[in-house]
Amino acid sequence: MAGAINIFRREFKSYFISPIAYIVISIFLILAGWFFFSTFFLFGQAEMRNFFSLLPIIFSFVVPAITMRLFSEEFNTGSFELIYTLPVSSMDIIIGKFMGAVAFVIVMLLPTVIYGICISFIGDLDWGPVIGGYIGAVLLGAAFTAVGLFASSLTRNQIVAFITGMSLCFILTLLDKMLFFLPESALNFFQFLGADYHFQNISKGILDSRDIIYFISVCFVMLYSTNIVIQEKK
Amino acid sequence: MIHIENLTKFYGDSRAVDEITFDIKKGEILGLLGPNGAGKTTTMRMLTCYLQPTSGNITVKDLDIYEHSLEIKNLMGYLPESAPLYPDMLVYDYLKFVADVRQIGTAEVDSRLKKLADMCGINEVMHRPVNELSKGYKQRVGLAHAMINDPEILILDEPTSGLDPNQIVEIRDIIRKIGREKTVILSTHILSEAEATCDRIVIINKGKIVADGSTDELKREAGSDYIIKVSIMHGNFDEVKDSFKSVPEVKDVILTHSETDLVEFHIACSSHKDVRSDIYQVIKNNNWPLLEFHRETRTLENIFRELTREG
Repeated sequence: MAGAINIFRREFKSYFISPIAYIVISIFLILAGWFFFSTFFLFGQAEMRNFFSLLPIIFSFVVPAITMRLFSEEFNTGSFELIYTLPVSSMDIIIGKFMGAVAFVIVMLLPTVIYGICISFIGDLDWGPVIGGYIGAVLLGAAFTAVGLFASSLTRNQIVAFITGMSLCFILTLLDKMLFFLPESALNFFQFLGADYHFQNISKGILDSRDIIYFISVCFVMLYSTNIVIQEKK
Repeated sequence: MIHIENLTKFYGDSRAVDEITFDIKKGEILGLLGPNGAGKTTTMRMLTCYLQPTSGNITVKDLDIYEHSLEIKNLMGYLPESAPLYPDMLVYDYLKFVADVRQIGTAEVDSRLKKLADMCGINEVMHRPVNELSKGYKQRVGLAHAMINDPEILILDEPTSGLDPNQIVEIRDIIRKIGREKTVILSTHILSEAEATCDRIVIINKGKIVADGSTDELKREAGSDYIIKVSIMHGNFDEVKDSFKSVPEVKDVILTHSETDLVEFHIACSSHKDVRSDIYQVIKNNNWPLLEFHRETRTLENIFRELTREG
């Protein structure tokens, strides 16, 4: 576990060494802010629901951009050989990298708290759904990070990792919306697999264990699959 | 110290390492020698638990690589070929990170890093990012990385590749210095390097061990102690060859080059006795015009080429 913590620290710091971090944060804030505030004053309601409903789509391509380098870059430069011959297990490496990326997603979300504060000045903002929304956003970010990490472990090419990760995240987001032609019983099943459905539940301010378990199990399955991929490479 | 038994590794269908068996004693500097693609790196990667063998076994101090890989990794320092360090980190930060992962106490870290920086000569680059370093400095930082926890076993994959001659000498000195107390395994395809630094040499070709021993042993094992290079004006090599076979110490006559009315060949001699006068006598008796006559002690290079020749 000590190994995982050291790797987490290095990964987290390394985001801020390169300009990528600042570029991704800027893109995220511009997109989220613009989509949110372009309609905010038309509705004239003091709430952040619109912001959170946009998040799954925005995260679908922003998070894979954060995670694409995690393994691909190391495979490509060969530094994975250095780190893997240190006394750490592959799970330490995976968890360290995962935590590093999740911490970065949280840092990326932090500036958007200002939206809430601003809105609370001009209207009567109900903080319950907002807090629920942030909890959901962190869970969603973690699930997508795990997906992106898995995609990154598959290839040494960062662009391939990005596109694979993005596709998987989009599928998770849009799954329940694409399958309207299915009978209702099957639809319920697929709805349960979709990330957006669970995220919207939480962002309404309802913390249901089913939704939380969903995100945690996505993380778990993806991290476990990553471990299998890494082991297979041996 | 290290025991390798029937080690085999397949990449898909191709056999990179084929049933290798050897032991490495404590305090030995072992050179893995072989042409490119012989399986040196693959063997080292299996030793460091980076790759899993297809079959066979490695034990390090009675620890099995399948079950005790973490303990083994703790005993080892490894420098992969071309030292792939994290490019965007500062050298100091990088070494600090490795020291943390290796769980070196905070109290010791700074003194340890200082000692390594002096030893590897990286004091002046400590606060520069890795990607700005020259190849030589990168290699030295890689060496510091490998030695950070003062490991019992040091594994170096082509530690001098891409360095200039001065740096090569420096790195060799460092390796020899370390080798007094530690077990060192290094791979190289430069023969003089193996000869200069290693106590023992294992030559690998196409995944198999073709020779194993100290440089002196290898020379002895290969049979003849010296060769004589001769070139004479004569059209028929077979005739020449037969006439030299009459000298008892001559083991073999190998044609190296021929043109019309000119043959160049090596005479391999199997004894310490100098037979140059006998050979000259043969040439004189036959009245062949002699163009070149030169004795050469067999270097490791000849042995290496003989052992790893294609086909």
